Amino acid sequence: MSDLLIELFSEEIPARMQAKAADDLKRLVTNGLVEAGLTYASAGAFSTPRRLVLTVEGLNDRSADVREERKGPRTDAPEKALEGFLRSTGLTKDQLEERDDKKGAVWFAIVEKPGRAASEIVAEVLDATIRNFPWPKSMRWGNGSLRWVRPLHSILCILSAEDGAEVVPLDVDGIVSGDVTFGHRFLAPDAIKVVNFDDCSTKLKQAYVVLDASERAEAIWADATNQAFANGLEVIEDRGLLAEVAGLVEWPVVLMGPIAKDYLNLPSEVLQLSMKEHQKFFSVKNPKTGRIEQFITVANIETADNGATILAGNGRVLSARLADGKFFWENDLREAKSGMKGWLQALENVTFHNKLGSVAEQIERISDLSGHLAATTGADPVMATTAAQLSKADLSSEMVYEFPELQGVMGRYYSAEAGHDAAIGAAIEEHYSPLGPSDDVPTAPVSMAVALAAKVDTLAGFWVIDEKPTGSKDPFALRRAALGVIRLAVENDLRFGLRDVFARQATVVSKAQDGSDGVDSDAISDSLMGFVHDRLKVYLKDRGVKHDVIDASVAMPGNDDLSLLVRRAEALSGFLRTDDGENLVQGFKRANNMLTAEEKKDGVEYSFGADIKFAETDEERALFAALDAGEPAIVAAMGAEDFETAMAAMAQLRGPVDAFFKAVKVNADSDVIRRNRLNLLSRISKTCLSVADLTRLEG
Amino acid sequence: MSIDKPKSFQEIILRLQSYWAEHGCAVMQSYDMEVGAGTFHPATTMRSLGSTPWSAAYVQPSRRPTDGRYGDSPNRWQHYYQYQVIIKPSPPNLQELYLGSLRAIGIDMAMHDIRFVEDDWESPTLGAWGLGWEVWCDGMEVSQFTYFQQVGGHDCKPVSGELTYGLERLAMYILNCDDGNEMPFNAPDAPIPLTYGDVFREAEAQYARWNFDVADTDTLLRHFEDAEAECARILAEPHDDPKTGRRIVMALPAYDQCIKASHVFNLLDARGVISVTERQAYIGRVRTLAKACADAFVQTRAGGWAA
Repeated sequence: MSDLLIELFSEEIPARMQAKAADDLKRLVTNGLVEAGLTYASAGAFSTPRRLVLTVEGLNDRSADVREERKGPRTDAPEKALEGFLRSTGLTKDQLEERDDKKGAVWFAIVEKPGRAASEIVAEVLDATIRNFPWPKSMRWGNGSLRWVRPLHSILCILSAEDGAEVVPLDVDGIVSGDVTFGHRFLAPDAIKVVNFDDCSTKLKQAYVVLDASERAEAIWADATNQAFANGLEVIEDRGLLAEVAGLVEWPVVLMGPIAKDYLNLPSEVLQLSMKEHQKFFSVKNPKTGRIEQFITVANIETADNGATILAGNGRVLSARLADGKFFWENDLREAKSGMKGWLQALENVTFHNKLGSVAEQIERISDLSGHLAATTGADPVMATTAAQLSKADLSSEMVYEFPELQGVMGRYYSAEAGHDAAIGAAIEEHYSPLGPSDDVPTAPVSMAVALAAKVDTLAGFWVIDEKPTGSKDPFALRRAALGVIRLAVENDLRFGLRDVFARQATVVSKAQDGSDGVDSDAISDSLMGFVHDRLKVYLKDRGVKHDVIDASVAMPGNDDLSLLVRRAEALSGFLRTDDGENLVQGFKRANNMLTAEEKKDGVEYSFGADIKFAETDEERALFAALDAGEPAIVAAMGAEDFETAMAAMAQLRGPVDAFFKAVKVNADSDVIRRNRLNLLSRISKTCLSVADLTRLEG
Repeated sequence: MSIDKPKSFQEIILRLQSYWAEHGCAVMQSYDMEVGAGTFHPATTMRSLGSTPWSAAYVQPSRRPTDGRYGDSPNRWQHYYQYQVIIKPSPPNLQELYLGSLRAIGIDMAMHDIRFVEDDWESPTLGAWGLGWEVWCDGMEVSQFTYFQQVGGHDCKPVSGELTYGLERLAMYILNCDDGNEMPFNAPDAPIPLTYGDVFREAEAQYARWNFDVADTDTLLRHFEDAEAECARILAEPHDDPKTGRRIVMALPAYDQCIKASHVFNLLDARGVISVTERQAYIGRVRTLAKACADAFVQTRAGGWAA
């Protein structure tokens, strides 16, 4: 048994690639070792900006010997067949064995592969791993043709046992393996000889390198929160930033400094984003004022002045950045206070899409629809229209030009400066939402109206110009828009007919487009409903509703009222998970299939007139009674859109239906009795179908 | 050893020049045309093509008309300087050489936080890309460090290492100036001390006015078309010169026209007459020229062509 230690030492690896690269190194090397017949006890991989490290413990010293028998051609087969077999096995004829098989004498080859030394296997596997490493982006350097994420400088590869370590000899395009690593670029740059992983990790720590990224991240977070706490402040948590910063340093040194007074009044979103994007700083908040007042930067070095020079430099860079931000903010405030007319005017010259006109025209359409939808969401129509009018104004602002991520957020600030109601500001910020399957859905009435209008307008617009998503291509994020419509309607239980809203907007778009309503708005809204129903399947699948249950619900009237549709589908889905539900559906299918088959044979429809007086058995009479009781209960519950109650009433039919099929022969000899029983099947079918189109259910 | 700090903008340039001269670069002069960045100098674009080894360093005045602020901004000018180093093949110790150059201009590695942060470089106009970093000193980007992978659509074999220093920003940091215009251009104790603003402020105002409002767009559009046509015409000439009987592939004169077209495009952009969709088309046209010039350069002896 021995332990393997590998280090691939290079120029700085992008932070975002380090964790996956360490995992890939572990996976590729250990898989390769196992495939070559070695086993190991455990493995671990680590990364820093300059190295990937892999430790594999408890590795066999050799792979086992392998003996393989291969059956060849018959001994009387043509010479050619034998030649081929010899070639493929690498043996000569006198090494073959002749054995008797069912069909006669056959050649057998015994191929023996002796086990190989671990060192030989490791060298082979590591060479292949380096040459085929799955970097997201890789490069060549100097005169070489080897690819790595950045120039690879050295390979450490040793096998160590109780009695010492040996270098696994390896030469990858001139980079020869050894047993040395290097410390921190500035604090301990010299070569360090190591004998195993523990030795390596200890010596590197003495040379100012922490190998484990999670250890670095924890140290950064602990130090940052301590420093903030000591000053009565708190660090704003940002896991993505923490992981990135841990990937930018080998020896983290946390430094906290103040944001210059001039910039403390900038919106906190601006401060936070500017510091994070440009400088990779954490924001530090004063819980008393709620303002961001300090920054935290993580340096990669300890200095004689305890980081004073570094902190001062970072502070100056931040001030220069924020000076830009302040300049933008102050210019923007002037425009906001004067009502944002200039910004809106500028949007007349910004193209939304060359077939759908300018952003200003888009805003007009959204405003008009927001007013229309206000009643549905319970908003004041004037507020909804105003919010929509201003919803994109901030796109003309200097701040959003600089930080596109702040669209909406800045709009909220500017709307407040312009003296508008907070509900309008909130709608401006929230009208882009939801952006995916799990972020927050707006719940305020004005926000809902504008958010819904924006998405419906986008969908109707791109459908009118026939730019629908195809396959994996969805450049205008129309699937996301459809999901947004679904989540807004369903999660807020909004009640409205989406089909009419689509048709209305398709007409508005096409009128604006060429001055005529030259599109078939009904065809467009039908097609859009199909698209939305498809998206709904994805949405409900995540909530545990199967696609056939959705089909069964979509087939019912009112399927463009998404809240109703989802309630029906979820009730049906719950019903089908019960024993009664599952069996009733089987009973329904049996009834319906038989009815359809007999109707086809007879060329008539058995739709009315089942009469209890022709009932011959108790089971038939019981079914009549159950239907008499169930039908009005179901009708009443359906009228109240209470699907659970309707399904519960339907569940009562299960026993009588099952008993009926067990005891009664539908195709009785008497024609009258047969007809009566078929009419009874029709009652079962009709009752069940009043809840959902159960014929669409699978299985 | 305490580090001897430079005292002026020009001293930083002079130290970079002597450092790279000591490390074997041909210290060249700026290219005599308007360019947007030091990369456009043929000593970089053209010389990074083909297999012939190359090593050069130079200051390149660069122009970005849209960055004009009439000389009022503390850190933005439409005309600024880049210091450029290009070495082919990239030496294995290029990072160390680079860090040495920072030491030479007064940055003490023991007191500052130097970091290499991922920043891949791409020039859509030159049809070029490479991988590398922006180099941070105490959180400020002081250089771009790139290993060229492709230029003008050609794979770089061998790979060139390119270093670009933004001189104003770097100098402001070293000289501890928050306002670039106040930065000493020559020695502060010279008989006639001059600041960066003394040298350039007037020009900045004049060019900002011309770039933004006065440059005649019809003329510029015509210049763009002319440069484009001339570039194509030059490259269409036969490789054998009928007068001298020698093989002369005119990649460099053609590339001058490409540079010209690129700068005229930047001016048109500053005049605000190029829409978002047109922008891509113009960039594509310049790239076509750059690629054609690269194709021609690899047909020259300097570009590795052998009879």
